[in-house]
Amino acid sequence: MQTYAPLYAEAALLTLRIGSCGILLSAAVGIFCSGVLYYRVPVLKGIVSAYVELSRNTPLLVQLFFLYFGLPKIGIRLSAEMCGVIGLTFLGGSYMTEAFRSSLEAVEKIQYESAMSLGMNNVQVFRYVIFPQALATAVPSVVANIVFLLKETSVFSGIALADLMYVAKDLIGLYYQTGEALLMLVIAYLVMLLPVSLLGSVLERRLRYAGFGN
Amino acid sequence: MEQTILEIRDLVKKYEDETILNGLNLQIRRGEVVVVLGPSGCGKSTLLRCMNALESIQGGQISLEGETVEKSSKNITMIRQKIGMVFQSYELFPHKTILENITLAPVHVQKRSLSDVEEEALALLKRVGLSGKENAYPRQLSGGQKQRAAIVRALCMHPEIMLFDEVTAALDPEMVREVLDVILELANEGMTMVIVTHEMQFARAVADRVLFIEGGQIVEESDPESFFTNPSTQRAKAFLQTFEFHKEQKKDS
Repeated sequence: MQTYAPLYAEAALLTLRIGSCGILLSAAVGIFCSGVLYYRVPVLKGIVSAYVELSRNTPLLVQLFFLYFGLPKIGIRLSAEMCGVIGLTFLGGSYMTEAFRSSLEAVEKIQYESAMSLGMNNVQVFRYVIFPQALATAVPSVVANIVFLLKETSVFSGIALADLMYVAKDLIGLYYQTGEALLMLVIAYLVMLLPVSLLGSVLERRLRYAGFGN
Repeated sequence: MEQTILEIRDLVKKYEDETILNGLNLQIRRGEVVVVLGPSGCGKSTLLRCMNALESIQGGQISLEGETVEKSSKNITMIRQKIGMVFQSYELFPHKTILENITLAPVHVQKRSLSDVEEEALALLKRVGLSGKENAYPRQLSGGQKQRAAIVRALCMHPEIMLFDEVTAALDPEMVREVLDVILELANEGMTMVIVTHEMQFARAVADRVLFIEGGQIVEESDPESFFTNPSTQRAKAFLQTFEFHKEQKKDS
């Protein structure tokens, strides 16, 4: 087992690297798209809704296959890592959009009016008043999304990325030590994800305390 | 004759089929304190919300210093800066401290320097008896304190006119006074104000002019003394009587 540990560590780093890029981009996509939905921006709103439905109702593996095997057919060739990041962002963006959208709508409308009455424009109201309040309510679902997306990286092995799943399958194929390989796989995921979950609940308590609780 | 600051002509406001305001006309002079009274659901709050373009209107025109107040107009954020509004439920921003609540709009909307605004905010907070509360969050304050902070927040934008929408309706009785005193002081300083309230004593004390609204129109309009002692319309009389209690003689059993 000890000899394989470095392999897992390396794979975990790859998972974390692609995962964190994908998650950060997902959050950015989510913030933008939820803003579009919240303000009912004409045209863009339709595009965002279509994207959310498409992305949430197709599996990540299929999306990755499309990027990795489909796009080269029309002359766009992306590295496996790039496909991983884009695929994860494509999937995560819609989940983040929904998490932020429901939290935005949970902020009372009169808060918006009160900010408007101070002469703020739509962007200022969103940035200074509505979004910070929504963020505090969104933390639990955003953390759940982060954990979900990190777990979803396990399908990356399907496009030949040497992630955790890939290493485990490799070791099983090479040495037939199924039990050990899978046990280490579970441990590797737990080591990665438990801190995220714990950090999430700490953050949730902090934000709630600072913002609300009235 | 003092100069007219706000003018409303033939204002019509409808929610779908229901007409809330029906051809209302009103002129407010600079420095005037207008109190709007009327039964609940008569359109008082809607009128205030229209004055700040929080509502779209279906007819007529509202203008502030000659500029049209309309939800869809390009410079509406400029116009709103001249109109301070205080809400019944305070509507401080819960994620910001009292000082941040007050400085947010002057700094980001009016692009004034933070230190200047903070200095002004602290002075105003002191005046309304909230010294030492600047770093508290809204949830740590009482209702009356929150409402006074909300008034300061509106004042810090240097508005030309202030709108008060039933600002004491959500307060415990003993906190009403502290808020009304602040408004009275503003009135004495010559601030132009439109006040919707159910506090009749206060209305009488603060008003230069009383409007009685019913059915989406101004039914009666007069100075407070004659309105409260001798209302000329039957509807206003009936309305005022609902605030009076007479001790009933107990029947012998």
